[in-house]
Amino acid sequence: MFGRSNRTPIAPLEYTRRTWLRLWVGLTLFFLYAPLLTLMAFSFNDSRRNIVWMGFTTKYYKKALDNGSLMEALGNSLTIAAISTVVSLVIGALAAVMLWRFRFPGKAPVEGAMALPIVVPEICMGVAMLIFFAKVGYPTELPWPLSLGAIIISHITFCFPFVTMVVRARLASFNREQEEAAKDLGAGEWQAFRDVLLPHMKPGLIAGALLAFTLSLDDFVITFFTSGPNTITFPVKVYSMVRFSVTPEVNAVSTLLILLTVILTTIALRMEKQMGAMTQGH
Amino acid sequence: MFATIASVPIGWLLLFFIIPMGIVWLYSFGTNAGLTEIKISGTFANYARAIEPLYLTIFAKSVGVAALTTLICLFVGFPVALAIVFATDKWKPWLLLGIMLPFWTNLLVRTYALMAVLRTEGYANQSIGWLHDKFGSLMTLVGMGPPQAYEPMHLLYNNFAVVLGLVYVHLPFMVLPLYAALDRLDKSLIEASLDLGAGHTRTLLNIVAPLALPGIISGLIITFVPALGAYLTPDLLGGPDSQMIANVIERQFKRANDWPFGAALSFLLMYATFIIIALQALKTKRTEGRV
Repeated sequence: MFGRSNRTPIAPLEYTRRTWLRLWVGLTLFFLYAPLLTLMAFSFNDSRRNIVWMGFTTKYYKKALDNGSLMEALGNSLTIAAISTVVSLVIGALAAVMLWRFRFPGKAPVEGAMALPIVVPEICMGVAMLIFFAKVGYPTELPWPLSLGAIIISHITFCFPFVTMVVRARLASFNREQEEAAKDLGAGEWQAFRDVLLPHMKPGLIAGALLAFTLSLDDFVITFFTSGPNTITFPVKVYSMVRFSVTPEVNAVSTLLILLTVILTTIALRMEKQMGAMTQGH
Repeated sequence: MFATIASVPIGWLLLFFIIPMGIVWLYSFGTNAGLTEIKISGTFANYARAIEPLYLTIFAKSVGVAALTTLICLFVGFPVALAIVFATDKWKPWLLLGIMLPFWTNLLVRTYALMAVLRTEGYANQSIGWLHDKFGSLMTLVGMGPPQAYEPMHLLYNNFAVVLGLVYVHLPFMVLPLYAALDRLDKSLIEASLDLGAGHTRTLLNIVAPLALPGIISGLIITFVPALGAYLTPDLLGGPDSQMIANVIERQFKRANDWPFGAALSFLLMYATFIIIALQALKTKRTEGRV
């Protein structure tokens, strides 16, 4: 195989066949993945401190899963992410339809303001949420799902502009004549929206939902500022464990989170493939 | 129809974003009156304190660290983006996925993974130590004296670790816009340049770079802005002298309990961010106007 590729000379634009570039890409990928892969591998290592391989074990996974407060934090994070995703999806889609469909006075400032939560540094938004909920006096002693309210509200605020961005990009490819045709054929405003526009938006909505879910699950800084003393999320809990020391339990938990990411990414890519096939069909 | 659709997103943004930001802005002109009470007195004392040498140095240092991170990302990311653009159809999606996947992985997990590599008894030191011992025993075979025992390097809790961590976290931010810009490029122009006798370096500098400039600039900004406001990386990987502006803001709120001063710092960081983004918007407008 190598012999053959050596015989055909490298064309000027075949940069990827140049050794230095291959080496460069290889090293970059090594840089990106080596820490994560070693972390995953050594979560199965039967030794607390040493990096020398001492035998295969799953005991750190058992330990992590038996860790009540860690699992509670994970449950909190998943609940927050699920609720934030649903609400951001509704608000984000409404904003996308509004910006796509209507011309109204002050559209440019509204458009700019919608993009603000994306560009404002996380720390500034965390601080704003801390001050806001302190000022409002958000009660900290509420029963479980309500006690997450402040965090959920903050997460929706930084998630929905991303949903708007994705859905709006999708709406750009919509042929408005289809909606007009539906109305000519007797469909009402709502029926045209539900049967014509919504199906077209669907891939964008799914992509937006996955983005919102990962963003919410990922967030540390804003939650760090908004969470009360009794509500701990997964990243905040891992942060306190990491500050304390590097332990195999954290390796195990991190591995689980990486796997969750890989699964979500796979779903997202499947969706994108479908979306590509659909746009080609048009 | 418009009112029903518009009221929800605009109302939410106003209530849970604009108003909170407004309160921070007001607080930045306030003074601590009592333990939890803040009086908004319209004073500029917080801003005056923020431009004292101590805080100005930290601000300048944050800008420097973010700029260095961005440049390293550009240097490392450009060839990678170029490779993805010219990769075969079979390889392209996999290379893109390879860059995207770490981008989707939890920031805390990635930072933690880097900590495990860099700490004194981490993988980096252990590997180098192992090599050191192996080569050490080889040296005794050759007849030289046994080498000194391996001293683990201090790779963590310093500025080096912060920059490395920021590059590690932000590299995908750079590669993706670069890829998007290079992919749109008319490849026949590159071929023409090479045909007319320019070398690869000259083609890259005189043809590719100017044409891909908008993409390069947006890549620089998309990397620089979050790097400037980074909190987690300097907090976990940095030492006492590698504080960045976000760490100082956090300390004002969580430990020093000086909310007005923290609010002023936080708004200075926001202004810096906005100025950078506005400059880019202005630049894009001007280039569009010329075409």
